[in-house]
Amino acid sequence: MVNDRNGWFRSGTPWIWLNAAAVSTSLIMVTGLLALIAVKGLGHFWPASVWEFQYRGSDGTVQQLLGEVQDSEEVSAARMRDAGEALPEDAPEVVERYLLKTGNRDLSGLDFRWIVEPAISERRRPRDAVVLERMEWGNFYGFLERLLEDGKVVAEGEGAWPELQSRLKRVRELRRRIRHLEKTEIGGVNYRLERLRLERRRLELEGEDTPAALAKIENRRKQLQAQFAGLQKELEAQYRDIRRDSMIMSVMGGRQLSLPLQQVVRAYRPNDMNLLQKTGFYFSKLWEFVSEEPREANTEGGIFPAIFGTVMMVLLMSVLVTPFGVVAAVYLREYARQGPLTRLIRIAVNNLAGVPSIVYGVFGLGFFVYFLGGNIDRLFFPESLPAPTFGTPGLMWASLTLALLTVPVVIVATEEGLARIPRSIREGSLALGATKAETLWRTVLPMASPAMMTGLILAIARAAGEVAPLMLVGVVKLAPTLPVDGNPPFIHLDRKFMHLGFHIYDVGFQSPNVEAARPLVYATALLLVLVIVILNLAAIAIRNRLRERYRALEQ
Amino acid sequence: MSERSPSTAYSSSAHLRLRLLKDRMARLGVAAGGIGVIIAILLIFLYLLYVVAPLGETPEMHQAGSYALPGDAPVLYLAMEEQAEIGAVFYRDGLVRFLSTSDGSPVREIRLPLPAGASVVSFSAARPASGIVALGLSNGQALVVRHHYEVSFPDDKRVITPAIDYPLGDTPVGVMPDDSPLTRVAIQEEEGVFTLAGWSDGKLLALVRAEPQESLLDDEAGFEFTRSSGYTDLDDIVRLLLDPVQQNFYVISRSGELAWFDITDISRVHLKQQLRLTPPGVQVVDAALLAGGNSIMVASDDGSVSQWFSVRDEHNARHMQKIRTFAHEGKLRQLVPEASRKEFVLAADDGRVAIFHTTADHLVLEQRIAEKGLRAVAVAPRSDALWALDDGGFLHFWRVHNEYPEVSWSALWSKVWYEGYDKPAYIWQSSSASNDFEPKLSLTPLTFGTLKAAFYAMLFAIPLSILGAIFTAYFMAPKMRQVVKPTIEIMEALPTVILGFLAGLWLAPLVENYLPGIFAIFMLLPLTTLLAAWLWSRAPAGLRRVVPDGWEAALLVPVVIATVWLALAVSPALEYWLFDGDMPHWLDSRLGIGFDQRNSLVVGLAMGFAVIPTIFSIAEDAIFSVPRHLSNGSLALGATTWQTLVRVVLLTASPGIFSGIMMGVGRAVGETMIVLMATGNTPVMDMSIFQGMRTLSANIAVEMPEAEVGSTHYRVLFLAALVLFVFTFLFNTGAELVRQRLRRKYSSL
Repeated sequence: MVNDRNGWFRSGTPWIWLNAAAVSTSLIMVTGLLALIAVKGLGHFWPASVWEFQYRGSDGTVQQLLGEVQDSEEVSAARMRDAGEALPEDAPEVVERYLLKTGNRDLSGLDFRWIVEPAISERRRPRDAVVLERMEWGNFYGFLERLLEDGKVVAEGEGAWPELQSRLKRVRELRRRIRHLEKTEIGGVNYRLERLRLERRRLELEGEDTPAALAKIENRRKQLQAQFAGLQKELEAQYRDIRRDSMIMSVMGGRQLSLPLQQVVRAYRPNDMNLLQKTGFYFSKLWEFVSEEPREANTEGGIFPAIFGTVMMVLLMSVLVTPFGVVAAVYLREYARQGPLTRLIRIAVNNLAGVPSIVYGVFGLGFFVYFLGGNIDRLFFPESLPAPTFGTPGLMWASLTLALLTVPVVIVATEEGLARIPRSIREGSLALGATKAETLWRTVLPMASPAMMTGLILAIARAAGEVAPLMLVGVVKLAPTLPVDGNPPFIHLDRKFMHLGFHIYDVGFQSPNVEAARPLVYATALLLVLVIVILNLAAIAIRNRLRERYRALEQ
Repeated sequence: MSERSPSTAYSSSAHLRLRLLKDRMARLGVAAGGIGVIIAILLIFLYLLYVVAPLGETPEMHQAGSYALPGDAPVLYLAMEEQAEIGAVFYRDGLVRFLSTSDGSPVREIRLPLPAGASVVSFSAARPASGIVALGLSNGQALVVRHHYEVSFPDDKRVITPAIDYPLGDTPVGVMPDDSPLTRVAIQEEEGVFTLAGWSDGKLLALVRAEPQESLLDDEAGFEFTRSSGYTDLDDIVRLLLDPVQQNFYVISRSGELAWFDITDISRVHLKQQLRLTPPGVQVVDAALLAGGNSIMVASDDGSVSQWFSVRDEHNARHMQKIRTFAHEGKLRQLVPEASRKEFVLAADDGRVAIFHTTADHLVLEQRIAEKGLRAVAVAPRSDALWALDDGGFLHFWRVHNEYPEVSWSALWSKVWYEGYDKPAYIWQSSSASNDFEPKLSLTPLTFGTLKAAFYAMLFAIPLSILGAIFTAYFMAPKMRQVVKPTIEIMEALPTVILGFLAGLWLAPLVENYLPGIFAIFMLLPLTTLLAAWLWSRAPAGLRRVVPDGWEAALLVPVVIATVWLALAVSPALEYWLFDGDMPHWLDSRLGIGFDQRNSLVVGLAMGFAVIPTIFSIAEDAIFSVPRHLSNGSLALGATTWQTLVRVVLLTASPGIFSGIMMGVGRAVGETMIVLMATGNTPVMDMSIFQGMRTLSANIAVEMPEAEVGSTHYRVLFLAALVLFVFTFLFNTGAELVRQRLRRKYSSL
């Protein structure tokens, strides 16, 4: 037996198992991480039950609390007492505590509070508890009492709930119209007014400010201002309409207060919903998340501008990176004389992929933004100086910086693809009398196109997840306008934009209310991970198919 | 020969020519494009260098004017306005002449209202930005004068008009109570409060403080004067110095004695310290306060200049201490501090000037600007010009290009003793709310933080990735390998912002709450693995056949999960039994180890996670491509698989593994988002695993958007980027070269 055990040790089997444990740990970490993001990110949109607790506070009084249980954990009682929490004498050494989202930030000043299990004396789930998502101040938890129109009661009791829903629909419609008026119509007029001002300044700078030209500008300005006044009036009317309805809600402790419907985004009674309703609710929330604009310093609402900004930036980057990367790879592989210098260049290009991305950001800020952008402003946009047009971080510079960052990826992948194409194919084409350019264009490049695709996909995956350089060259936490809109020239490369990765950083770390924002950050992270994992899987699949194809060719 | 119609021959040759032309165009186009892209990539390095380069430039100065001084009265003082276009000359006879500094042409002349019968015997200037000077008179009074300059733009041209006014009234203020001559005078002003100090040969020291009277009725309210005086045993005083906040008063004698008085309350002046500044026998030539008024610079006749400021000792009492000395050849005459930087100018009797920077501890520039000895020197408020008067009565105006004197090798990388600190230290502090602030730009704490973060990341990543690579490449069943490799590759593609976010908001609180459990995982995991392995070897053969060799990793998944769960589950109990229920608190109170929630442990775990795939895939490739006949030969000679692995395979693949680790270090060093989000970003120099750090890359991300373009701060941040670039580039190139050599070796085997 002893001998046998020695043998087992000497054979090295235990060490092999230790190696295996390293693999298992790595695998568990990856899948665990993805699962964590998925669960936390997707769970947020499910309507959680609203609980009512009878809670004995640290001063001995019993409070009624209403809210959603967001989290629970086990904490040692000693640590709780260290933190100043008064626990009952008979509390066990390890107590469970819950993170309760009580909402009503406008009333209590706090969205969240921790409550400990031993201090809860009673709990129930009231069917008529209402959750209101509001434009400001976060969620509201309470009970619906009455519905008012212009201050007069129109519905009360059970009948108030369906009435509320139909009136909310009206408010939503009005809100959509107001948004359209403000953003598109009035925004457009403002944009044109600003252009007129710049036009006038340009004429002055060029010394062509003849009375005729100025009068023309003035005339157009008057027209626009008249239009602006009309829109303003219309907007005011809409605002009057939206302020018509309000409701009386009661909160825990019996207090009643009036809330204008204008403030309410959505009202629901989670304890009264069946599974089907909850699923419907879930998907409508999910849709809101990907299609709406953020509210309340990015902690509520959707992330549409961030998705849009990321996509725009990645598209622009792809347009820039593909031709340059492919040309450089073709030159290195097909035209350049193979020797120590080419080898050196190849190593250098390869290693640039490992240079920290923040270095590219610094370069982009110094060279693109301040140097190139500053000079472009002086040459082409003197009328808006000292306000910079291109001499400030923006979409174009961000795309260029990321193109530079990812060009090694495309070069390496394309070169690999070119190297895999058997010589016989090139020689065959040349033997038939084709020139080198024709050989390249007609046979080699089409065959290498999947490799280029792989390179491009990997470049996109890297660019989509990169945040550090973007912080220097163009992303902002909240962009007032999208880089694409209805005002000529329609695509505004000089604008700053929002980005999924930066959104995660900003909301998770710079937001005033991290606790409330956290689920949204998880959801954003999930979206980003999904995009990147899918892109990478696509690249891997293409690469594998490519290998199969050339294996067949080589035989 | 067959007949061909000329037209087809012509067309086909034209067609051929077109094709050849196209071919040549393509060749040119591709070459141009390719070389262009490669140059664009190289441009990164060159541009970083281009921005950093001015930091290393040698400062220089060139003459911009030289002319005779108008008038023949002795000169008291020279000064220049902001643009260094107009200079003021104060004469002993009470005349102030404003000259154009470039050619000496007169701009304005003002005679100061000196009382009849009194002559000027001494002179002092307050902090340069105030423009206030005091003339000490032979009747014990002092005339306080302000020279200032109005800038206007008639017809878009800048016109500077000099003017003089008298902030304490145009009658002199009595300083000496016994009306003895004011042999030495000092003045200081801040926010309307003035302090004057005087000394007469009769060893009498006198102080006057003028505070604006609070009066609601009158705008031009007068001043309220407080006076005090006393005798000193020092004689032959060289300088009286008052600091801008008017709390400290320094009296320096020619023999090298310093008396330091606290004058916060004029009626209760007391001596704080008296000490020698120079070795016996060495005499003081000149002394001045450095910009900000915290340091005393003392020039002595042995050619050395020493810097002194007060330092807190272990009893929390402040006393003056010599910080550093600067040596200069030649006889010194005058020491002039710059207006806003910690620099001073020395003027010597052979016409040379030398500019020193104190905290960067180096001679910035030395230049002979006159043939004869220098009598008076003025430094422009922006430190971009010098104006000097020589013994021959000639004025010399020099432009100075000296924009980054605060950067030197020692300022960036060595310990520096900054004003207000008790000892030399490595400090990165680039900005602050106060105006007198001196940026502290030591890259050492940032580099240290970078390496610390990389170290903890590697500590976690190397064992996991190398062991994992060994198993995956050498033992794992091919089917499982097909799943594992892409999974790990996906791990590499995960955006670091997500890892950083999870590390900061999920892992950091988890680690804090389950600290004993986290350490228990590291200890338990090998043990439970071995236990599971042993149990498996004891298991009935029938069961063992279900899972073939090469699937051990899959078998261990539940074991690892169970271990982690167990460790975390017993964590509160462990904490209760061993650490009084609160381990971070226990660490702090029992062992004195501070605990940050966002610490190196969290960074190590998160960044280790990010680095694992890099090392894993390179090491796995290296091990997998070890030629099979090598291991087969070893096995055939009777070695066990483990022996073959350790003695043959790993030995052959070790350069590849090494190159993987180098790539991993390269990645860990440059990683930005994880450290930005998972640490507190405080630039501390502390190896503790429970403390955070600030890395070069995170520092760039935090400070770059706010850095003023072209400033020293901006360029130093570029330098940090350049350091990162060069470091990672070298590491990656090294790794790449190792890998290529390995590939050649394999192909020859």
